Amino acid sequence: MKQRIKWFGTLGSLAAVGALVLSGCSSDGNAPTSSDASGALTPMTLQLQWFAQAQFAGYYAAVDQGYYEDEGLDVTIDEGGADIVPQDVLAAGDADYAISWVPKVLGSIEQGANITNVAQIFERSATTQISLKDKNIRTASDLVGKNVGSWGYGNEWELFAGMQKSGVELGDINLIQQAFDMTGFLAGDIDAAQAMTYNEYAQVLETVNPDTGELFQPDELNVIDWNEEGTAMLQDSIWANADKLQSDADYADNTVKFIKASIKGWIYAANNPAEAAGIVTAAGSTLGESHQLWMTNEVSKLIFPSSNGVGMIDESAWSNTVDIAMNTKNETGATIITTEPPVTAYTNEYVTKALDELKAEGVDVLGTDWKPTEVTLNEGGN
Amino acid sequence: MSTTSEQAAPLTRGALGVAKQHQPRRSGVRTRLRGGLFGLAGLVLLALIWELYKTFGPVDGVVIGTLTVLPRTSDLAMPHLWVMFERVLEPVTGAASALPLWAAVLAGSLFTLGIAAVGWLVGVTVGLALALLMQRFRLAESAILPWIILSQTVPLIAIAPLVRRWGAQIQFGEFSWESWMSVALIASYLAFFPVSVGALRGLASPDTNHVDLMHCYSVGWWKTLWRLRLPASVGYLLPALRLAAVSAVVGSVVAEVSIGLRGGIGRLIVEYAGAAGNDPGKPWAPIFGSILVGLVAAGFVGLIGLFLRRFRREEVSA
Repeated sequence: MKQRIKWFGTLGSLAAVGALVLSGCSSDGNAPTSSDASGALTPMTLQLQWFAQAQFAGYYAAVDQGYYEDEGLDVTIDEGGADIVPQDVLAAGDADYAISWVPKVLGSIEQGANITNVAQIFERSATTQISLKDKNIRTASDLVGKNVGSWGYGNEWELFAGMQKSGVELGDINLIQQAFDMTGFLAGDIDAAQAMTYNEYAQVLETVNPDTGELFQPDELNVIDWNEEGTAMLQDSIWANADKLQSDADYADNTVKFIKASIKGWIYAANNPAEAAGIVTAAGSTLGESHQLWMTNEVSKLIFPSSNGVGMIDESAWSNTVDIAMNTKNETGATIITTEPPVTAYTNEYVTKALDELKAEGVDVLGTDWKPTEVTLNEGGN
Repeated sequence: MSTTSEQAAPLTRGALGVAKQHQPRRSGVRTRLRGGLFGLAGLVLLALIWELYKTFGPVDGVVIGTLTVLPRTSDLAMPHLWVMFERVLEPVTGAASALPLWAAVLAGSLFTLGIAAVGWLVGVTVGLALALLMQRFRLAESAILPWIILSQTVPLIAIAPLVRRWGAQIQFGEFSWESWMSVALIASYLAFFPVSVGALRGLASPDTNHVDLMHCYSVGWWKTLWRLRLPASVGYLLPALRLAAVSAVVGSVVAEVSIGLRGGIGRLIVEYAGAAGNDPGKPWAPIFGSILVGLVAAGFVGLIGLFLRRFRREEVSA
């Protein structure tokens, strides 16, 4: 009998400890991203391709400034993660819209995802290869014989296309798997490192150059810009469910509203970079203050000034992206896609309506006179 | 029916198994104290090796052929320990509202610890239930055990997005599935395995003559379980629980990164990694945080072991 009581006592104390641990977990870190929904708002979910950061400043600004609410939408922004593929989440019906790069989605579409690019938010590509001046790497043809970094996983195609265009074979370079920090570049293992203008390029400029004792300066670096090399591919765009656009009139209407409010968010971010950076930081990003501001400013440069209005998909840019996706081979000899994507892969129908509404409201959707701000980066991005 | 337990009792008084069975308790405390000191000495030694290698190691690291086997000694690759500790005291970013780094990491550690604890509890419950089922029915063992082993060969990165996707579709009444539950579920997926296998071995561990004795007394399965099998399984169960705790922590950290959950150590590790080039002390902070979580988790299982010490005859490595 004594034995039995001891057992119960043990179990009881275990349960008590367990309950304590559990109660400590009841508050979770997912703060609601949207304001309290009144009954009239339509709930919508946007799936990002990475954590909250100024790369998505326009969407966070549209939530914060109430632009989505003005359109009758209650938008929840779902952050991405290392293994979250936004177009898959969208195709599975778990998000209403997704942000992703065109070349990455083209592959998914060929494998059966029925989704549509409804707004090409970033008109320009932010992917570059950067190198120290003394390496003398100015164009793709200078990469021959060099250690060239790339993240892979679909981030390598502009580089490969640029090399192919200049007649540089993959065997001519030493391709190095690049990590998500720039230590490989700074240590000299990588001669030409892949860098997004809004992120890794800034990481280098936030680092002290051991030779000068001061932060790296832009004039100490060479940058191969794929926009200039002619092998830029379309990046961040808004993707919608193609089936639902056909079958669900409300969803089609809401798509116009969603694009409209998102564009307003991006215009706000471009004109108020400091506030937009603050909004993103408040949404949970832990990037340093000057780095966040730099990122806001740089992504605005990818959008403004806009050739045809923010979000319009330029036919020649689209076909250039498709062309590269079909004809550029990676190190295994594979291409992103083997056949032309279906006509449902993109449409300007909804973005045109959204832009017309914005123009009618007197909104400048071209930003012809927009000027980027000067951002001073601090060491460590702080 | 108290014979078995009373026989076992004198054997289990010692804190550290059979060899110590007749020694007075105080020596157990002293042993533990000495263990702690050795642990501390190991830590100091590790720190010493780090700094010595950094000072005297080759600048370009130890390279065999083209393969780097030991890292560079630069401040980027191997920051001084004091750089890491100084960094912990400074704010996360330059923003006025930024917390000190240690506070942010501690908050992340607690968040991850909470999720890992839930995952551990679920995993242990499921693991024990499976072990009991397999012990009770030989058919169940043949049917389930291969699947349990197979389950651990599925890579985490494959199941993480699936779990999140399925979870997003669960909603009944007030309850809706949240992302942290997906992480806890993935943690439990890793945690249940050692428990089910360890408990099964433990439940099967009593001597045949003990089991036969139970038969002679015509004692039922439940009572045999309570009086004989469960006490006998403790020695197998505790290492399994510890393994499960560590697996739950690792699973939580990896799953946080995988599905992009904010608030925990996994997220901090990825977010701070970008600073490796220009703020080399920063990425180490969440790594220390995850070590802390692992230590607390293992310590918690140690506490359970303290409660169950009268049943610990000897521990069998899982």
